[in-house]
Amino acid sequence: MEKIGVFICTSCNIGDRLEIADLEAAANEQGCAHCASMPFLCGKEGVEAIKNAIKENELDSVVICACSGRVNYDVFDFGNIPVERVNLREGVVWSRWPKVEEGQEVPEDESQIEVAEGVSFKDELMALAKDYVRMGVVKMQKYAPPEPYKPEEEMSWKVLVMGGGVTGLTAALEVAKAGYEAVIIEKENELGGFVAKMKKQLEVGHPYRNLQEPITKKLIEEVQANDKIQVITGATVEKIAGAPGFFDVTYKQGGSEETIRIGTIVVATGWKPYDASKLEEPYGYGKYPDVVTNIQFEEMLAKGELKRPSDGSPVKSVAFIQCAGQRDPDHLPYCSGVCCLASLKQAKLLREADDEAKAYIFYKDMRTMGIYENFYQALQDDPGVFLTKAEFKSISQGDDGKLVVEVTQTLLGEDLAVPVDLVVLATGMVPTTADDPVVPLEYRQGPGFPELELFYGYADSNYICFPYETRRTGIYTAGCVHQPMTTAQAMEDAAGAALKAIQCLKAIEAGHAVHPRTWDYAYPEFNFKRCTQCKRCTEECPFGALDDDPKGTPMPNPTRCRRCGTCFGACPERVIGFKDYNIDMVSSMIKACEMPEPDYGLFRVVAFICENDAWPALDMAAYHRNSFPLSIRFIPVRCLGAVNVAWVRDAMSGGWDGVIMLGCKYGENYQCHFVKGSELANRRMENVAETLQQLALESERVVLHTVAIDEYDKVPQLLQEFQETLEGIGESPFKGW
Amino acid sequence: MGEGKILVVGGGISGVTAAVEAAEMEYDVILVEKEPYLGGRVNQLRYYFPKLCPPTCGLEINYRRIKENPRIEFYTMATVKNIEGSPGNYKVTVEIAPRYVNENCTCCGECEKVCQGEREDTFNFGLGKTKAIYLPHEHAFPARYVLDKSALAEGDLERILEACKYNAIEPDMQPQTLTLEVGSIIWATGWKPYDATKLTNLKYGQPGFENVITNMQMERLAAPNGPTKGKILRPSDQTVPQTIAFVQCAGSRDENHLPFCSYICCLASLKHSLYFAEQNPEGKAYIFYIDIRTPGRYEKFLNRAKEEANIEFIKGKVADIQQAENGDLIVIAEDTLSGKRVQQQVNMVVLATGMQPSLAGEEMPQLLEMDENGFVIPSEAKGMYACGCARMPLDVMTSNETATAAALKAIQTLVRG
Repeated sequence: MEKIGVFICTSCNIGDRLEIADLEAAANEQGCAHCASMPFLCGKEGVEAIKNAIKENELDSVVICACSGRVNYDVFDFGNIPVERVNLREGVVWSRWPKVEEGQEVPEDESQIEVAEGVSFKDELMALAKDYVRMGVVKMQKYAPPEPYKPEEEMSWKVLVMGGGVTGLTAALEVAKAGYEAVIIEKENELGGFVAKMKKQLEVGHPYRNLQEPITKKLIEEVQANDKIQVITGATVEKIAGAPGFFDVTYKQGGSEETIRIGTIVVATGWKPYDASKLEEPYGYGKYPDVVTNIQFEEMLAKGELKRPSDGSPVKSVAFIQCAGQRDPDHLPYCSGVCCLASLKQAKLLREADDEAKAYIFYKDMRTMGIYENFYQALQDDPGVFLTKAEFKSISQGDDGKLVVEVTQTLLGEDLAVPVDLVVLATGMVPTTADDPVVPLEYRQGPGFPELELFYGYADSNYICFPYETRRTGIYTAGCVHQPMTTAQAMEDAAGAALKAIQCLKAIEAGHAVHPRTWDYAYPEFNFKRCTQCKRCTEECPFGALDDDPKGTPMPNPTRCRRCGTCFGACPERVIGFKDYNIDMVSSMIKACEMPEPDYGLFRVVAFICENDAWPALDMAAYHRNSFPLSIRFIPVRCLGAVNVAWVRDAMSGGWDGVIMLGCKYGENYQCHFVKGSELANRRMENVAETLQQLALESERVVLHTVAIDEYDKVPQLLQEFQETLEGIGESPFKGW
Repeated sequence: MGEGKILVVGGGISGVTAAVEAAEMEYDVILVEKEPYLGGRVNQLRYYFPKLCPPTCGLEINYRRIKENPRIEFYTMATVKNIEGSPGNYKVTVEIAPRYVNENCTCCGECEKVCQGEREDTFNFGLGKTKAIYLPHEHAFPARYVLDKSALAEGDLERILEACKYNAIEPDMQPQTLTLEVGSIIWATGWKPYDATKLTNLKYGQPGFENVITNMQMERLAAPNGPTKGKILRPSDQTVPQTIAFVQCAGSRDENHLPFCSYICCLASLKHSLYFAEQNPEGKAYIFYIDIRTPGRYEKFLNRAKEEANIEFIKGKVADIQQAENGDLIVIAEDTLSGKRVQQQVNMVVLATGMQPSLAGEEMPQLLEMDENGFVIPSEAKGMYACGCARMPLDVMTSNETATAAALKAIQTLVRG
């Protein structure tokens, strides 16, 4: 921007502790077009004054030097005039305090406190504030308004729904009811999935106490009657190429292949039963014909043929063994969430079919979550259903041909041996994504969703707050491929995923990003002339947004991109940048800071701060008036993944004494919303070490710490320790060069 | 496409999610919240299970989505008083309680310094006090002080008025009534902890039983911004407990209290055992339970807790809690597996109190359909939807799934016109 207005607030202790005229001078030196200061800038008069100044001076942008940009966001809003916020309040006057020895009083005049020879606390505080003002102006000088990504090709508004069970049917209907088109591709010849094969299912609404007819019949009728929904059955998706808004989906039906243009995708491919043949020991599956799975028993119930597979005699007693092959490190280590309810339902259906029949349910823990306790309660009054916590011990066959189930640790305080006609194993569910990519993406990073082992193969989100965040933009999962869940929950989940699929289409049309930077209209641009085909960007993009050509030159897909900037953090040639955020911008900010003369014992540290977590933590520490070392200049970055080693090099060769990076936790329970940001930044520390070695600087001068947003109480100490480390090493020899 | 606005009642994690998801579908949303800040219950949690990550992280992202999106209008300290009309055409009366602090507030904190009057810290469930003028917590959004006039000490008001340089204090602020015209409504009114004093055998709130606390109080004790700055200390003497008993289903799965299962309490107690183990690796936790309910992938969290914390699981419902020496407590239960009566002396007891829908016992507009427990029954015909724990007991992830789903349903009502 060219005509930058700088406005400095003097309230909230800023004017008390800082020399405003000096700050104005710094802004003017840096080349702003207009500079003014006033008290209570966020008040009506302050805002009015800014508006007038914009008009009078024809300013094209403003830099507000006041409080943190996290507050008063709505006050400093001047339409299409870009606003940069310089944080003098939380960043300077609320968070930098003279050191006080116990029992000592703080001198009121900070210019009387000496921090180095001939240098007062006030001098250093002003140096910090001036550096922030300069950085604010430089940042705006290097800023260009983002232009939304507008592809030439016409986008597709169709949502592909993979899978035609309850989840898929519901997702398609939800899409259609919102006014959009959906295409269902189902691998079987019939729609309906597992639920369609059931005798009855649990109620999908209040009071969750009864059974109802499988809902699939109604859903299929609605789908077939809806002209916004196209149904393709007996077909498999073979290939998905392209990007959100522009997916070319190839499916095979019969012998022939067809390709359709699709906008976004809901994956509702569900689950398959755990392979019961692995349960011969100790559960007797395959050994005794009268040991069946819950799926097989459901089929018997649906057919109305309650006969023993061994001899066709009627089934008068059934033992249900819960968690057969679940919560078991040798089989499925997780709980499938619905088997307790399924067995309760089957016991009820058995009793309804034959009021003389007996059901025994042996469980580890009865998991009828939340409102489903209603269903459990309703069944507890039936004397024909015997329920007990128990540990399964063995199955054997008695002389009369009956199966004898032995259990221990029951609620009766004794071991039991129960002879029954049939044993039903409550086997668990395995998501279709456990051993198959399911979405055959033609992406450079390969098909499917990466790293699902974190979720036992479920195509789940890593984020508790954001259940639809997958690592492949425009592709959302719902139902039992997402998490183990009941039919009712799957229907809700389908609606949620349908919304996300439509929302992504709207984002593509408008040209902004999807979650988590939904407001962001900029996208990474590449200067291919200088690209050396090192492939780091294509490999490191957490979302697989970049393909490459045979030579290895990246081929961006802006509609897959989430705008984290990991690519530009990775690029050694610095050829990637956003209009409003780029390498040159931050490098220039670093260079705009003034270096003190060497050998004064004055340190300078640049800190790259994750703007979502560590940055608010700093604000909160400041709200509590904690203290940070005077040496540290904080620069917020959208993610540590978007920190280019060049910035570290610029700082270290420019005489800065140290660099500290604060990002999110990484590892198994990673908190980075761009997946790998802090982890990649940590990995890039190897390159940093090389740089430091080349400059003959100590490796301790550059560090990375993980800080969660609530750890504001730990940040001051962390920063102080780094300061002490640097003081131990001494000033950078590059200072004063 | 359909026109009209969507009203979201309740600005906790579900309501905020429903609002931002609908707004990012390019629909106009009005969000009303009864507390002075958004974020609701989860603000009071130290961590979410199973990742043990702070809820403010996701809230920060969602607040930014709100800040950057002109389609979302929100009101705090606001409650719905009346609803008239029909889907596509609702007139909703909303009352906004006076905050006595206007938008001039810069959060400088000068008022708090001079204020002498104190009030019970409701954010910390009574564990501590705040000044009569206070910021509910440091991540409060909007970041603006609140004045509780009833807690002012003599001369406070004059002092506060003088301390505030921005004319932000308005002692004469009146309640305000708004009439909102909306097409569909999402109820995201969430839950409240079941009143533990009703569980008389568990002694909560009774004299001599200060060391019987609730699970939400445990969250506050463990939170860095809580009354003990994150240290788990016994309320009676502020000492570090060596033994803690967790009483599961305190009120839940009980016909006399809450007939349903509250979904999260097993996981919450496991999480609390991990907090405890982190601070006191020698400490021992006793979990008295009926069933350990860690569905789906949460099984891994159960295994983690078993590995990292010293927990003894006792299957049995707690019948009584008695006083022992030095503020200790004796938890009495029948171990249903051995049939033996268990008497366990501990330093502190945490009641895993269940969640009751916030609307239980409240007088609500007739158009709103609720079940016998106070959960909202959604109705497509009425264009009224519910999500999160207003709908049924849920964890956060599932709440947000239902919130996203409710956003789409509310949009469909507008599309139908």
